[in-house]
Amino acid sequence: MDLYEYQAKELFAKHGVAVVPGKVCFTPEEAQAVATDIGTTVVVKAQVKTGGRGKAGGVKLADNASDAKDRAQDILGLDIKGHIVHKVLVAEAADIAEEYYVSFLLDRTNRTFLAMASVEGGVEIEEVAVNNPDALAMIRVDALVGCTLEKATEIADAAKFPAEVRDQVIEMLQSLWKVLVEEDATLVEVNPLARITDGRVLALDGKVSLDDNAQYRHDSHLALIDNAQTDPIELRAKEFDLNYVKLQGEVGIIGNGAGLVMSTLDVVAYAGEEFGGVKPANFLDIGGGASAQVMANGLDIVLGDPEVKAVFVNVFGGITACDAVANGIVQAVGMLAERGEPITKPIVCRIDGNNAVEGRRILDESGIALIERVETMDDAARRVAQLAAGK
Amino acid sequence: MAIFLNADSKVLVQGMTGSEGTKHTRRMVASGTNVVAGVTPGKGGQEVDGIPVFNNVGEAMAATGANVSVVFVPPKFAKAAVIEAVDAAIPLCVVITEGIPIHDTAAFFQYSENSGKTRLVGPNCPGLISPGLSNAGIIPGDITKKGRIGLVSKSGTLTYQMMFELRDLGFSSCVGIGGDPIIGTTHIDCLAAFEADPETDVIVMIGEIGGDAEERAAAYVKANVTKPVIGYVAGFTAPEGKTMGHAGAIVSGSSGTAAAKKDALEAVGVRVGKTPSEAARLVRDVLASL
Repeated sequence: MDLYEYQAKELFAKHGVAVVPGKVCFTPEEAQAVATDIGTTVVVKAQVKTGGRGKAGGVKLADNASDAKDRAQDILGLDIKGHIVHKVLVAEAADIAEEYYVSFLLDRTNRTFLAMASVEGGVEIEEVAVNNPDALAMIRVDALVGCTLEKATEIADAAKFPAEVRDQVIEMLQSLWKVLVEEDATLVEVNPLARITDGRVLALDGKVSLDDNAQYRHDSHLALIDNAQTDPIELRAKEFDLNYVKLQGEVGIIGNGAGLVMSTLDVVAYAGEEFGGVKPANFLDIGGGASAQVMANGLDIVLGDPEVKAVFVNVFGGITACDAVANGIVQAVGMLAERGEPITKPIVCRIDGNNAVEGRRILDESGIALIERVETMDDAARRVAQLAAGK
Repeated sequence: MAIFLNADSKVLVQGMTGSEGTKHTRRMVASGTNVVAGVTPGKGGQEVDGIPVFNNVGEAMAATGANVSVVFVPPKFAKAAVIEAVDAAIPLCVVITEGIPIHDTAAFFQYSENSGKTRLVGPNCPGLISPGLSNAGIIPGDITKKGRIGLVSKSGTLTYQMMFELRDLGFSSCVGIGGDPIIGTTHIDCLAAFEADPETDVIVMIGEIGGDAEERAAAYVKANVTKPVIGYVAGFTAPEGKTMGHAGAIVSGSSGTAAAKKDALEAVGVRVGKTPSEAARLVRDVLASL
């Protein structure tokens, strides 16, 4: 889960990373009140989970409280790369002397963690990496050793931080490492890290990504989830504990196993080229060992998407038993009929593997006209694309 | 021969007394695996289907000669379980558990690297099977038989799908390496082992979006692999920034896309199937021409 800047800064402050005082606001009036409390020039910053806010007009200075209200009015509701601004951060405006960059992140390639630091901050760090790679220090951090004083010193010196900020940067690196480890983050990034004219070094922006697998040991992270920003069908799927991602297309997809479902999306998209560009409408993995009930929940979710014209159930029973899958499909169809929402969309099924013969028999004998069984994955994809295209 | 796992493998199951552990132990035994022990702290002295349970991996190895561990413990306890197996210097540790926090995986991976004695497979993987010889994990033992195709895959169900497509030909070994951002055994480790295995004639490599493992495997194939390699990559339609089930299956920016992986593989002469079925057909063509 990616956090908003204001949430990232709350975690920074909790672990002793120096940030400027500020508060998140949902209305222009709140922004005015916060600016009044701060009492100096403030910066009003759009809270969206994407970059390029400044260029899009999402970051503005305000000299006084009423100005802050107007700026918040301008920014709230902006569309920044498809993200609508619903909240702003109002914070003390810092008098910046120099801008730097620091981050810790998971390094998949080397199967460890990586520190990145540069005295050329405030710009896209990817550009620094390409145009001036010598200016970006990249230092591995051993997961078992962590960012000790020695490691933090190595990072700060590799990035050639000037003497007047070196000690503060070393301390901040150690605090940021604490954020990474103690909050189970996969990324903590500060850009810019700024030296302000009074000599202090502060995190002026913050990016944190948390590891969803570690949610169980962080009850406080539940409050960071922003349901308003989640697709309503994805939210419903989450209530059923289903692994669902909404996409733009017409073919509803249900399968078991992330790899097979990804592959199913591809195969449907290829087949769809023949039928005017029909595409998969979603990713839905019902997982290993899925029961009839799980399949029923999955069908319920996918059929509830108004954009779906036809559904493709693609299951390879490894641990999952195909008869349970078939029973789930039949039950779901019955359940929806009982609810007064009988299915109107065709369901193409391909099932192979564990108990496939029995599963196929259940489907063939169900008497449900809208269920169509196809033997292979490629043929089934072609058939469902054809049905979704109305041909 | 097969790779990593053979008829001499003696398997212990960490978490055997749990419901998943018990269920899959029975399946492993049914597919001919020599399961010699279970390990559950505090349950030493018990038995499951006549298989003795020990309190820790070291005791189990000393008493039974086990040389492979399969880990089914819940995510919370996985780090401690793997560290225990590494401390006991077990040669092969297969971590099936899904949903382990990445900091825990990073820690036990580094711990195992430092020890230099244990090969890790996974986590979040289906394990590995050398059909007809031994089965360590949750790959169904009845899809296919012993043969001369080697298979390495990030994805469990795509492993099953490919085994099914080529079930009449059979496999030397099939390794599900897992889809997490940090995994122990990599595509490259398996390519190296299959290249060295006299019982493997052709290698199938299944990848998916995220990271650069497939690109690095392509470079490895070019420099080190003489046997024919057939590839398949899943996730061409995955949007940027969305996680597709596997914690590692996420595309960020231009790196890690399926197209980039396919291009990298094809550039070194690996033929890449557009669908799993097409990849299977390419394998048949290659075997027929050998």
